[in-house]
Amino acid sequence: MEIIQKILKDKFAFTALIVLMILYVVILFADFIAPYSSTYSNRDMSYAPPSQIYMITEEGKWSLPYTYNYVREYEPALMQTIYKQDRGVKYYIKPFVKGEKYKLLGIIPCDRHLFGVRDGGYIYPLGTDINGRDVFSRLLFGGRISMTIGFLSLFIVFPIGLLYGGISGYFGGILDTIMMRFAEAIMAIPSFYLLIILAAILPSGMTSIQRFCLIVVILALIGWAGFARVVRGMVLSIKNEEFVQAAKTMGASNLRIILKHILPQTTSYVIIAMTLSVPSYILAESGLSFLGLGIQQPDASWGNMLKEAQEFTNILYRPWLLTPGFLIFIAVLSFNLLGDAIRDFLDPKSSGGK
Amino acid sequence: MKFWKYAGKRLLQTIPLLIIVSLISFFIIRISPIDPLAELRLNPSISQETLDKEIKRLNLDKPIYVQYFSWAKSFVKGDLGYTSAGEKVSDKLKERIPNTLLLTLVVIFMTWSVGIPLGIAAAYKKESSFDRMLTVIASIGMAIPSFFFAILMLIFAVKTGWFPVGGLTSYNFNEMSFGSKIIDIARHLVLPSLVLFTISLSGLQRQMRANMLEVMDSDYIKFARAKGVSEFKVVFKHALRNAVNPMITLLGFEFAGLLSGAALTEYVFQYPGLGRLILEAVMKSDINLVMASLMMGTIMLIAGNLIADILLMITDPRLRTKG
Repeated sequence: MEIIQKILKDKFAFTALIVLMILYVVILFADFIAPYSSTYSNRDMSYAPPSQIYMITEEGKWSLPYTYNYVREYEPALMQTIYKQDRGVKYYIKPFVKGEKYKLLGIIPCDRHLFGVRDGGYIYPLGTDINGRDVFSRLLFGGRISMTIGFLSLFIVFPIGLLYGGISGYFGGILDTIMMRFAEAIMAIPSFYLLIILAAILPSGMTSIQRFCLIVVILALIGWAGFARVVRGMVLSIKNEEFVQAAKTMGASNLRIILKHILPQTTSYVIIAMTLSVPSYILAESGLSFLGLGIQQPDASWGNMLKEAQEFTNILYRPWLLTPGFLIFIAVLSFNLLGDAIRDFLDPKSSGGK
Repeated sequence: MKFWKYAGKRLLQTIPLLIIVSLISFFIIRISPIDPLAELRLNPSISQETLDKEIKRLNLDKPIYVQYFSWAKSFVKGDLGYTSAGEKVSDKLKERIPNTLLLTLVVIFMTWSVGIPLGIAAAYKKESSFDRMLTVIASIGMAIPSFFFAILMLIFAVKTGWFPVGGLTSYNFNEMSFGSKIIDIARHLVLPSLVLFTISLSGLQRQMRANMLEVMDSDYIKFARAKGVSEFKVVFKHALRNAVNPMITLLGFEFAGLLSGAALTEYVFQYPGLGRLILEAVMKSDINLVMASLMMGTIMLIAGNLIADILLMITDPRLRTKG
């Protein structure tokens, strides 16, 4: 429990931990917190700007927070559609309003949302996208994919890398040479090139869950080789220790020696590598989805939401479409800071003689 | 003599590596259900003759291992086939690779000339507020997604009008004089290289700081200090030389990271480099182009590592005596 104390003491790591906890709680309860579902779309409201929320009425009095609806109008002089507020009707923002039905945590049926407005009004805290979908709600649902895909990939990368590196280092000789040449070959291909090629050959017409799983696998295929190499290096030095010799003389099988005696020695490296590699998976997924090769519409991920920011008109006139980028930044930064703190704790040498 | 022996040995080692890479990439691409000639077939400007030539060249009517060998044979000969638009793949690569190399070298030059001094300074004044500030900046630099940062830079370029938006050359490039051609290219390089610079600087600075701290802690530095050598000489003559050696190994990795990172940046800035080429090729399922640019990217990466190893051999006398 020393490690928790250490993190609590470190200002940056502590903030990072809190931020990550908030992010995960929010995406866990995304259905409840988001005012709309992930499939909601209002075709008349494409690219509506964020709803303005007022606390002071036009007469200058305090009031409960309220918002106005936007109305789309065509401006012939500018030759474009613009949004104007309909100042006629006030829509008060209320807590726990009834809205679309969903299942809380996937089990409890529910139709209350954290906040919202009465029927006929709209609330888009961060505006809408091209299909008139609420950006704020999609950010929460997209977070579910973007924030979990890295962890899922790690659960594939680490067993494979440990076993591969363990076998290669333990047996040595020609097997080691062959296995390491193969791993080096994977590492010699620029990883992003390999990533996009693997993603591009996925057959079209998969369900979104199938696609999600395959993206997880692809991300894992890129990452295992480098990890396996480091594990092999560690195994090479561990296998000559006395306790391994002892296990051998007692007649333990090779696999048992690798799994039970050698690999547990690498635990602290594995933990460090795991926390420090989550961000690279988050970045890889978002990059892939940004290019349109990762998570596909209508599913949201932070990467594919940013795809719309590829158009000049969007980034200049609709800055709210950039919000997923800031969230990726915050998530990655938090993981990095937390990872640094964990590394300093488990491996004080690497922090450079502190 | 030993040096050449070592360099030769390292060069020979890359051959099996390239063969394995080509096998992996070839089979990945052929497992996919994509018809390698689909685009060519649909292109009306491609004659049936060219198509037949391609089928024959790739041996598409034969089993997959025969296909591999015929592909490898023509690759070694330098014949990379045609893109789906009917251009020669080799011409396309010749046009794009120098651009990516230019961008990568500019970025490496920038990161080294800023990152190494910053790393030394941070190590020398460790735990100071300057060091802490650099650590925070480094964490921020590492966390920005390259494509997102590139988009922000594009907004900056459009709003201020100080820099051209995308590409490598202006539309009237061919009419320019030699001097203004260079200025034009430099202006186009500013933003993409700034994005890649920000992202790769942090890692380099932190690594240099760690190396420097380790060296500064060693006995011979204490000895030099005890002897009364000036601080300047201790840092720049005794410590720096040893601290920089691991960085040279890192140079190879940095090159690899830049190749990958550059793909997204090139894409956002519409920069005509290898990364964008492979992306476009992948989206159009242009198999010849994908395969060739994948191999070229790999060769560049291996070459980067090779150069780093040989440089290390030159800078670190210990490696030479060990043989």
